[in-house]
Amino acid sequence: MTHSSADLPHDPDLDLAPGDAYQARLARVRDAVALRTPDRVPVFGPYQKYVYTYGGLTMRQAMEDYPAARAACHAFQERFRPDLDFGPILAYPSAPMETLGYRAFRWPGNGLPDDAIYQYVEAEYMSADEYDDFVFDPSDFMLRTWAPRQFDGMAGFALPAPWRRFMWSGWMGLNAFASPEMRRTMQVMLTAGEQMEAWWDSQAQYWDETRAKGYPVGFASFDWAPFDIIGDTLRGTTNVLADMRRRPSKLHDALEVATRIFIEYGSAAAGAELPLCWIWIHKATREFMSDAQFREFYWPYLRRGLLALVERGVIPVVYWEADFESRLEVIGDVPPGTMIYHLSATDPVKAHDVLKGTVCLMGSVPNIQLLAGTPDDVRATCRRLIDSIGRDGGYIMDTSVMLDEAREENLAAMIEFTKAYGRYG
Amino acid sequence: MDAAEALVTAIADMEEDEAIRLAGEMLDAGADPRRVLDACRTALAVVGERYESQQYFLPELIIAGDVMKAIGALVKPRLAGVDPGPSRGAVVLGTVAGDIHDIGKDIVAFMLDVNGFEVVDLGVDVPAETFVEQVRRVRPAVVGLSGFLTLAFDQMRVTVEALRAAGLRDEVKVMIGGAIMDDDVAAYVGADAYGRDAQAAVRLATGWTAGDGVA
Repeated sequence: MTHSSADLPHDPDLDLAPGDAYQARLARVRDAVALRTPDRVPVFGPYQKYVYTYGGLTMRQAMEDYPAARAACHAFQERFRPDLDFGPILAYPSAPMETLGYRAFRWPGNGLPDDAIYQYVEAEYMSADEYDDFVFDPSDFMLRTWAPRQFDGMAGFALPAPWRRFMWSGWMGLNAFASPEMRRTMQVMLTAGEQMEAWWDSQAQYWDETRAKGYPVGFASFDWAPFDIIGDTLRGTTNVLADMRRRPSKLHDALEVATRIFIEYGSAAAGAELPLCWIWIHKATREFMSDAQFREFYWPYLRRGLLALVERGVIPVVYWEADFESRLEVIGDVPPGTMIYHLSATDPVKAHDVLKGTVCLMGSVPNIQLLAGTPDDVRATCRRLIDSIGRDGGYIMDTSVMLDEAREENLAAMIEFTKAYGRYG
Repeated sequence: MDAAEALVTAIADMEEDEAIRLAGEMLDAGADPRRVLDACRTALAVVGERYESQQYFLPELIIAGDVMKAIGALVKPRLAGVDPGPSRGAVVLGTVAGDIHDIGKDIVAFMLDVNGFEVVDLGVDVPAETFVEQVRRVRPAVVGLSGFLTLAFDQMRVTVEALRAAGLRDEVKVMIGGAIMDDDVAAYVGADAYGRDAQAAVRLATGWTAGDGVA
């Protein structure tokens, strides 16, 4: 932390009372999404591990010490002043994950070094012959089969009869709750529940604090594409990709169910002041599937889900992480001015050629530049982005992927340059 | 079409069960296990061409890999004493420290293997010292560093630096791969090249070992 905010170029938002600055920042983002021209290009503060590095914490500390994580986010926000704030939501809580015995995750202090970002451990948590069980009753499958595989502490959930049989005499099966395994599970759930409550309280405290300072929270829900719901945590990447050839009709049946789960997840954003729902695209890239497979298995379900979210007043932020040049025509088939497409490796100018007038674009500042480049490099990139894809509005400045490593002066260059150069006449 | 040709077609066309059945039949009928393996190699070359021409993508490579595993299990017991054929050289491969992603690395390992390289796969979360030890032991022509996360930028750099400090850097070519890697990252970490996909990794390794006389 070598700079103080006094070093920053003048930011007109700071002349406003916090409540007015809050509204100005909201309007800026809403204008960009609606493809109107805002007062300037909005800029997102890429929040992942770097926020804590800047605040002097390891990732492990951020996941264990909630007040310290909040303090780091405040320090980051006051130094860089991005238009949108993520807060400490991505510092997942270690305590309940330990209590639950979360097998499918590794995090600093639990299989990873103290300053690594947490990572998911893929496996076949749903076997090929369990597709029918999932489709028949996804909640039962998740509770009694999937949860005991993911979480040590949920072994007891495998014991009771399916809840769908609880009508009339189903309560007579409650003796399962007297078993030592279920008693342990109930105890684990109580403890983890209390630990989660502490974490959510910390999140809510931060949201109130940041709002009082005049900054909107940049998310209202998170979601995963229907194909990724099946692929990430149920079948695993290699299995779900092979299933497109081995058992396409089972996969289609499961994708129907996953589409409803997708809509349910994302709808949590409905009614928020800034109802952004971030959707992380994992398995849609050209490295993973052909254009034909994308058009058959990925896009129709995702598109249907996106449209349902838009109908409910949600603004999807689709995080197209990888190179999607070959799919631009296909993914351009959405209602204009309703969503944000975040770009990482897709050529931004080619994306803009196809998608301008349809979606608000976001991202494209290479993360390697924030780590290994100079402030001049970063400013040159931002200038190029603003002059090309940002020239008529419909663009939000951000890095290519969430930010773990950076040099302070490079991130400052991205945000300050955008505020100064990105003004619309 | 003889049995070997039918096997080639079945593998190349992704008919898994048929391919495994045909291989079993050939072996049961007393075919030389090397004929079965030759058919597999021919079929994988077709799969590789279709991957290169973007008819096939990762799903097809995964299925081809599974078929190879299944046929390999049938062939192995009958292969004692059979010459495995010449190697195009060794490649030491791994996902760098702190990163536990393996899908890209595994597919690169598979494609290098079927293209005649001896692959020493060090797995995931591989510390720089382990790369150094293994390069010293195996003396490969090529080292492949994989990473999915941005933390790999610095870890790859540390790994290349460790090879340099151990005096091994000039003996190997270093290639990197991963979703967020590119030529700028390759320059930052001190690698010789970035490969976008498994086929690119094969091209790089082939280019570096051709004419080397490596056996």
